[in-house]
Amino acid sequence: MISLFTEPLDAFCGGFFLLTAIGIVSTRQMLACLRLFMIQALLLVAAALLIGVKLSSGDLVAVAVITFVTKVVAIPWVLKLSLGSEIYAQREIDQVLNIPLALLISAALVLFSYFVATPMVTAVGQPFTNINLPIGLAGLVLGAFTVTVRREAMAQLIGLLVMENGVFFASISIVPHLPVIAEISAAIDVPVMSLIIGLLIRRIHKRTGSTVVSELATLRED
Amino acid sequence: MLAAVLILPLLAALLVLLPIGHRGRWPALVTVLTNAILLALALAIVAHVSHAGALHEWNQSLSIDAFGALLLLLVTFLGFTTAIFSWGYIVERRIGATRTGKVRLYYTLYHLFILSMVAVPVISHVALVWIAVEMTTLMSAFLVAYEDTPASLEAAWKYVVLTSMGAILGLLGILILYWGTRVAGDVPFTWAGLVTGAPHMPKTLLWTGFLLILVGFGTKVGLVPLHTWLPDAHSQAPSPVCALLSGVETSTALFVILRLFPVLQAAPLVADPRPWFIAIGLVSVGAAAFLLLHIRDYKRMFAFSTVEHMGIIMVAVGLGGMPAHLAAMYQLTAHALTKSFCFFAAGTTLVATGTQEVGAVHGLIHRAPLAGTALFLGGLAIAGAPPFVVFISEFSIFRAGLADGQYLSIALLALFVAVAFCALTFHINRIVFGRAEDVPAHAIPRPCLAALVIAAIPMLILGLYLPGPLAALFRAAAATLGH
Repeated sequence: MISLFTEPLDAFCGGFFLLTAIGIVSTRQMLACLRLFMIQALLLVAAALLIGVKLSSGDLVAVAVITFVTKVVAIPWVLKLSLGSEIYAQREIDQVLNIPLALLISAALVLFSYFVATPMVTAVGQPFTNINLPIGLAGLVLGAFTVTVRREAMAQLIGLLVMENGVFFASISIVPHLPVIAEISAAIDVPVMSLIIGLLIRRIHKRTGSTVVSELATLRED
Repeated sequence: MLAAVLILPLLAALLVLLPIGHRGRWPALVTVLTNAILLALALAIVAHVSHAGALHEWNQSLSIDAFGALLLLLVTFLGFTTAIFSWGYIVERRIGATRTGKVRLYYTLYHLFILSMVAVPVISHVALVWIAVEMTTLMSAFLVAYEDTPASLEAAWKYVVLTSMGAILGLLGILILYWGTRVAGDVPFTWAGLVTGAPHMPKTLLWTGFLLILVGFGTKVGLVPLHTWLPDAHSQAPSPVCALLSGVETSTALFVILRLFPVLQAAPLVADPRPWFIAIGLVSVGAAAFLLLHIRDYKRMFAFSTVEHMGIIMVAVGLGGMPAHLAAMYQLTAHALTKSFCFFAAGTTLVATGTQEVGAVHGLIHRAPLAGTALFLGGLAIAGAPPFVVFISEFSIFRAGLADGQYLSIALLALFVAVAFCALTFHINRIVFGRAEDVPAHAIPRPCLAALVIAAIPMLILGLYLPGPLAALFRAAAATLGH
């Protein structure tokens, strides 16, 4: 029963995954941004479980569990711990572009991702790659776009995490049997990255009284 | 032996935290000793690899070939000299810290940073190599921010965010290559496995994977136009950390890109990678050379020279053929040895004068003769003046390219290298000579001088004479890059 609906369900997860990525580009509230990221991670977990059951891949079920533990539970917790509630719950976040323009560029980036992914999908023709690879790639590119346009340190970190989610969303379809050791190390890497960046944000806040990293611009060539 | 290389820094990272000794001498001592043992281990591994070929351990999950052994040797040598320099700079002069606790933290991160760098050539599985490269960034982030000034925090922020973005792009590239090896049949996902699997991979996977890795890891190498973070991080970090960042951290990321060169060549249907390597390299060398002309901070100057040298290595690999690849290995070694000496000299100058600005220091040779001499030698050596090792390695790149008839690439490369040479010697000349201000210089700690002397020995000797075992290692390493 499940196996019949796996593909449409995976497409459903993918669609919402893409929406959350675009939402993160355009949301003004910090906490909303973080929640969207957690929803996105949950969609990644769901897709990994679906494909894992369908391909009977224990590795993918492990990916799902690891993603849930690290991205839905550990990272928000680590960030709260390292940042303190004051920075963590900051309300407004600024960005370089206005929202309609950002959305327009996001749409173009999604199209670009399909353009890049299609030759690879047709060359190999593996199940689920037609859904997961372009959407994962779009997540990667939209995350990079988020890092570029956001001025706030915390929002840039979420952009990095969205990039990572995108890579994992693609990877569950292209390499469903990645050795568990690689997954475990990747699982360690992501929270460590969040912790280090979180601690750095706290230092910057303590030293300069602000987390608007775009104002850090003393080092440059003239 | 390979396992010991990974375990030793991990043990040392814990040992330095023990609250023993006075004013941070214990962690300094432990660090010098463990890095000396690590260097001895690396020499033993090099000897083994040169005689018996690639070394495998732990059911092939750890392995090293000649190219990896060369990188390991460079990392451990710089780890050793930098440990001595840190003793003077971090422990005796207390730059950036007043509390011993912070000194201990420096040393813990130092060992973890070394661990992540030695892991890159030692680990077989390419996905795990990615983790090691990403860890080099994460473990060194707080070393860059060590002095806790707004400028160093800014540098650390740019460093972590930009190189992590690059690393995530690179991760997708690596996963796409893994996908390729699965499609190609059951080849192991190691560097050697990629070369054997490449002819059977769909070329679109190979090419997309390569481009993602080139952009992603190229960010960490500091290839123009992805280099923007590099001069900041490499100028704001404490000088011993700069020596490691510039000398070998960039090379560990470059190692991953260079490993893909034979993979692309093994797939006959994929576009020839050589023009790509040459073009990307030339852009980096050219941009860095002209940016070097108007520099105001002498540590920043050495950082831009790293961008230049990474570009030169890319060009040398792209020229193709055994003589050019041999020259590329020579250049990689020359850069690591010379750049670490330059940053030691810059750190010594900073200790003596208290400023990093080129315009603020005159007549250094009169104010602080030792620092002045070191900076002068380092500047000449990195610019590529004879008789230092960079001169020989750059010369052998030119010769290999000309013998192969690639006149245009070599003409451009020679032009850019000449511009960089003039820029570097001009700035160094302004600092070292001229009328000295009447401000007394600060004393230079003895460990800093010891590190300078030890770092200078190979930089000088290899320019005059290449020992047989090292030449054999270069040849074996160059052979791993294909044709």
